[in-house]
Amino acid sequence: MNTITNDTWILSVGTFLPLVGVLLMLFIPGSEERTHKQIGIVTSAATLAVGILTLLRFDFDQSDKLQFFVDSEWISVISSNYTIGLDGISLPLYFLSMAVTFLVMIYTWDNMPDAGNPKPFIMLMLILQVGMAGSFIAQDLILFFVFFEVVLLPMYFMIGVWGGEQRQYASLKFFLYTMFGSALMLVAFLALFFQTGAASFSFAHLAEAGALVDRDVQIWIFAGMFIGFAVKVPMFPFHTWLPDAHTQAPTQGSVILAAILLKLGTYGFVRIAIPMLPQGAKAWAPVIGILAVIGIIYGALGCLAQTDMKRLIAFSSVAHMGFVMLGISTLTEFGINAALFGMVAHGLITGMLFFVAGSVKHRYHTLEIKRLSGLLIQMPRLGWILGFSAMASLGLPGLAGFWGEFPAILSAYNPNFGLSVGLYRTLMVIAALGTVLAAAYLLWLYQRTAFGRPNPEFTATPHPVGAGVDGEHHDVHIHDVTPIEWVAWTPFLVAIVLFGVYPQLMFDVMDPAVTALVEQVGAGIP
Amino acid sequence: MSSLLSSVLAQAWVAPTIDWHAIAPELVLVVGINLVLFIDLWLDDSKKWAMATLTGFVMVGAFIPVVTLAVIGDDVRDAIFDGRYVVDEYALVLKGLFLLVGYVVVLMSQTELEEGGYYQGEFYVLMLVSVLGMVMMASSRDLLSVFVALELLSIPAYMMAAWRKRDPRSNEAGVKYYLLGVFASGVLLYGMSFLYGTTGSTKLTEIGAALTGDLSPMQVLAVVFVIAGFGFKISAVPFHTWAPDTYEGAPTPVTAFLSVASKAAGFVALLTVLYLGLHGAGEVHGPLIWVLAALTMTIGNVIALRQTNIVRMLAYSSVSQGGFILMPLAFISDGAAESALRAVVIYLLIYAFSNLGAFAVIISVARRTGSGEITSFGGLMSYAPALGVLMTIFMASLAGIPPLGIWIAKLQSFRALIDAGTDAAYVLAVIAAVNTVIAAGYYMRVLRQVWMAPAPDGDTSPIVTPQPVALALGITAGGTLLLGILPGLVLRFADLPDLTGAFGL
Repeated sequence: MNTITNDTWILSVGTFLPLVGVLLMLFIPGSEERTHKQIGIVTSAATLAVGILTLLRFDFDQSDKLQFFVDSEWISVISSNYTIGLDGISLPLYFLSMAVTFLVMIYTWDNMPDAGNPKPFIMLMLILQVGMAGSFIAQDLILFFVFFEVVLLPMYFMIGVWGGEQRQYASLKFFLYTMFGSALMLVAFLALFFQTGAASFSFAHLAEAGALVDRDVQIWIFAGMFIGFAVKVPMFPFHTWLPDAHTQAPTQGSVILAAILLKLGTYGFVRIAIPMLPQGAKAWAPVIGILAVIGIIYGALGCLAQTDMKRLIAFSSVAHMGFVMLGISTLTEFGINAALFGMVAHGLITGMLFFVAGSVKHRYHTLEIKRLSGLLIQMPRLGWILGFSAMASLGLPGLAGFWGEFPAILSAYNPNFGLSVGLYRTLMVIAALGTVLAAAYLLWLYQRTAFGRPNPEFTATPHPVGAGVDGEHHDVHIHDVTPIEWVAWTPFLVAIVLFGVYPQLMFDVMDPAVTALVEQVGAGIP
Repeated sequence: MSSLLSSVLAQAWVAPTIDWHAIAPELVLVVGINLVLFIDLWLDDSKKWAMATLTGFVMVGAFIPVVTLAVIGDDVRDAIFDGRYVVDEYALVLKGLFLLVGYVVVLMSQTELEEGGYYQGEFYVLMLVSVLGMVMMASSRDLLSVFVALELLSIPAYMMAAWRKRDPRSNEAGVKYYLLGVFASGVLLYGMSFLYGTTGSTKLTEIGAALTGDLSPMQVLAVVFVIAGFGFKISAVPFHTWAPDTYEGAPTPVTAFLSVASKAAGFVALLTVLYLGLHGAGEVHGPLIWVLAALTMTIGNVIALRQTNIVRMLAYSSVSQGGFILMPLAFISDGAAESALRAVVIYLLIYAFSNLGAFAVIISVARRTGSGEITSFGGLMSYAPALGVLMTIFMASLAGIPPLGIWIAKLQSFRALIDAGTDAAYVLAVIAAVNTVIAAGYYMRVLRQVWMAPAPDGDTSPIVTPQPVALALGITAGGTLLLGILPGLVLRFADLPDLTGAFGL
C-alpha cells in the first residue's frame, strides 16, 4: 500500500488533544460546573479545528493512499508498532467523530442529564473521543484493538451513571456483549498474526500475507472477527444489547453511540476482516447478507411494535445497519461505497433523531408515543425537525439517507466474485420491502406524535410555582428549540441536505480507496 | 571410620570462591532481619512505627544490588554453589519484583498495624524473612534450594495470616493456611524424593537431562505430585480451598502480600522446575496443567461472581487470574516454551501492581466504613473521587481492558497459546476468552457500586488516606498505567536473551 508521509504530527495531535482537556479538568474541583463545560467545548473545538486542518491538508487526488502516515516503534517485542494513517475510507468517519463530539459538547451546555456532575461526564466524553478517533487512524491490529477497547469503559459509565431507569442493567449488558466480542476478536487477531508468519501486526502487511493463508483457516479466523465486529454493529442476532443501551443512555450517549460507536464494527469489517481474509470473507458473505436482511426486516418489525419513541429509533438503527452490512456483503465497489456512505448518513440522521428524542424527553418527561401528540402545534420547529429527520431516515431522495440505502440495495443485484446471484437478488427484493416498512414505522411515528392536537395533560397550566433553580423552565414548560439546540443541530441538518443533494462530495473521497480495496480482495480470491 | 576422617582431613580445604556481589541482595536482607529484630527489642512501644520505616529501607537497600547487578552484567553468574544457585536476568527481574512488592506491602501495613495495636516489630521480621525466601526462590536451581526457599517464604506467612490474634477468623485463616500448606509441602517433597530417586540428582538441569524419553511410572507419579504440590501454592483449582478463607481472615495487607508475592513465588518455583527439570515430561504435565488452568480460571470466576465480600471476591478473582497465568505453561513442550515463559513473567509483574493497588484502595475505604462488603463502596465516586478513579483503574486493569496494565499480560498469554497452535491450545484460548467476559462481570459490579450506587447510610464524609497508603497507591497506579500504555518497558525485561537463555531455550 502506498503511503504519504506529510504532516506526520497532525493525526496524533488530533487524536490525543482531548486528553489535554481531561488533564486540565483533573485539577479543577467538580463544583465549578461552568468551567468544566467550557473546557469541554474549547477542547473539542480545538480538536475539531485540527480535524478541519486535516481535511485541508488531505490530498483528495490520492485518497486511496494512506496519508499523514506514521510508523514508529511501540511494543517491539510483539512486533506491534504505532502505525497510523488516513485514507478515503477512514477520513469521513474520523472527521465525523470530531464534529459529533464537538456538537454534543455544545448540546451539553444546557442539557446536562439529570444525574448532574458534569466534570466526570465531560471527561468521559473526551476520553471516548480519543478512542473513537484512534480506532479510525490505527493501521496496526494491536493499536486498533487498544483504541477499540478504550471506548468501552467511558460508554459503560455514561450509560450506567447518567442513563434512564434501567441504566445499570443496560450498561452491563452493553459491556459484557462488547467484551465477549472483543475477546474472541483478539484471539482471531493473534491467530491471523501467527498464520501470517508472526512478522507484523500492520494492516498493510496482513492484507498482503493474510490472503495466502489456507482457505479453511481463513474461514475460522473470519468467524472470530465476525463475532467481534457483529456485536458492535450490531447485526442480528447479536443486537439485543442495542435497544437497551440506546434507550437507557443519556441523549449525548445515544447520539455518540449511534453516530460513531456502531460504525467501529462496520469499519472493522471493511478495513480489517475483508481485506485481510478475502477467502474467508467470500465464504461468509452470504451469511452476512442473510443476517443483514433479517436485521432489516426484524428491526423494522421491531420498530412497529415499540411504544417508546427512543426505543423505536434504536430499533431503526438495527434496520439501517442491516442495509450497511448488505452493501458490504456484496463485496462490490458499489456496495462498499454505499455502505460507507450509509455509515455517515446513518450517523448524522439517527444522531439527529436521538437529539430530538432527548429534547422531547426533556420537555415532556416522557417518550411514550401514546402520550405525545400535536408536536407541530406546541413546538412547530422541533416538530418540523423531527419530520425532516424522519424523512431522511426513511431514505427520501435528496436527503443523505437515500444514498446509503438505495445503492446498497442496488448493489445486491450483481454481487462480486461469483457470489450466488440468485440469493443476492432475493435478498435485494426483501431489503427493498424493508424500505417500505421503514416508511411505515417512521411515518406512523410522525403521525402519532406530531399531528393531531396536543395531549391535554401537557397543555394544562404548568406547575403553579416552579421549585428551585428550574423554576423558570417550569413556567415556560413546553418551549420550542432553544438557541443552543439550534447551534448543535444546524450542522447536522445542513450536512444531511448537503450530502443528499451532492453525494459526490463523499463518494469522490471514498471511491479510490474502495476501488483499491476491492482490487486487493479480488487478488486474494483465486 | 578413622581412616575416612583422616583422608578427608588430609585434603587441603579450599574455600569456595564466593561472588559476594551476586548474593548481596540476600545478604542485605539477612543483615536487615537481624537489625530489625534487635532494634525492636530495645525500642519503646511508642516508637514502634520506626520499624516500618526501617523495614522499608532494608527492602530498598536490597534493591540496590539487584539494580547494580542488572546494570553491570549480562553474564550469568552461576559460579556459586555449582550452578544450583544462579543469578541471571530472570532471577534479577523477579527479585526486583519481590522486593518492590515487599516495599509496597510495608507501606500498606504501617497504619493498619499501628491502629490495630498489633505486634509490629515481629511482623516486619517475619515479612522480611518471607521476602528473603522469595528472593532466594528466584535463584534456586536445585530441588533442595527450591524447597528450602519455599518453606522460608511460607512459614512466616502462616503466622502473618493469623496476626489478628483476637479475631477467630484470622486464626482460622492461619490454621487453615498452615495445615494445607504443610500438607502441600509434604506432597511436594514426596514427589521430589521420587524425582531424586529415579534420576539420582537434585540438581534440576541434571534431572532434566535424565528425564527424557519414556518415563517410568514412578517418574510420572513424581511429576504429578510436584505439580500438585505447587498447585496448592498458586491456589490452582482444586487445590485452592484454603485461599478464600485465608484471604478473608488475614489482615488485608497480608492478604495482598499472599495473593501477589506468595503466589508469584509459587509460580517462579513452578517455572524453574518445569523448564529445567521436567521439560522432557511434557506429555505428563502438559495435559495436567491444561486441565488445572481451565478449571482454575472457570471455577474461580464462577464463584467470584457470587461473592458479596470484596476481599473474598478478590481472593477468587486471584484464583482465576492464576488460571490465566498458568494457561501458557500447558504448552511449553509444543513449541511455545519461549512465549509462555515471557507471558508468565510479564503477567506476574503487571498483576502485582494492579492487585496490590486494589487492596490499597480497600484498605483506605475500609478504614472509614469498617466493612468488607462490596456495597460499602457505594457512591465512592461522589465523596472520594480520587479513590473512585483509582479503583476504576485497578478493576478495569484486572478485567483486562486496554490501555491498563493487565491487557498486555493477557495478550501475551493468549499469544503463547496461539503460538503453540494446537487444537487444545485453541480450545483453551476460547475458554479463556469466555472467562474474560465472566471476570468482567464481577469487576464491573464493584465499579457499579463505586460509580452508580448511593453511599450506604448516606455517609459522605471524606476519606483520609494515610500517607504511606497514598504512596502505595501512587506506585501501583503509576505502574498499572505506565505498563499498560508503554508495555515495551517491562516486555524488554522478559525479552532479554538471558531470561530464556538461562533455561537453555
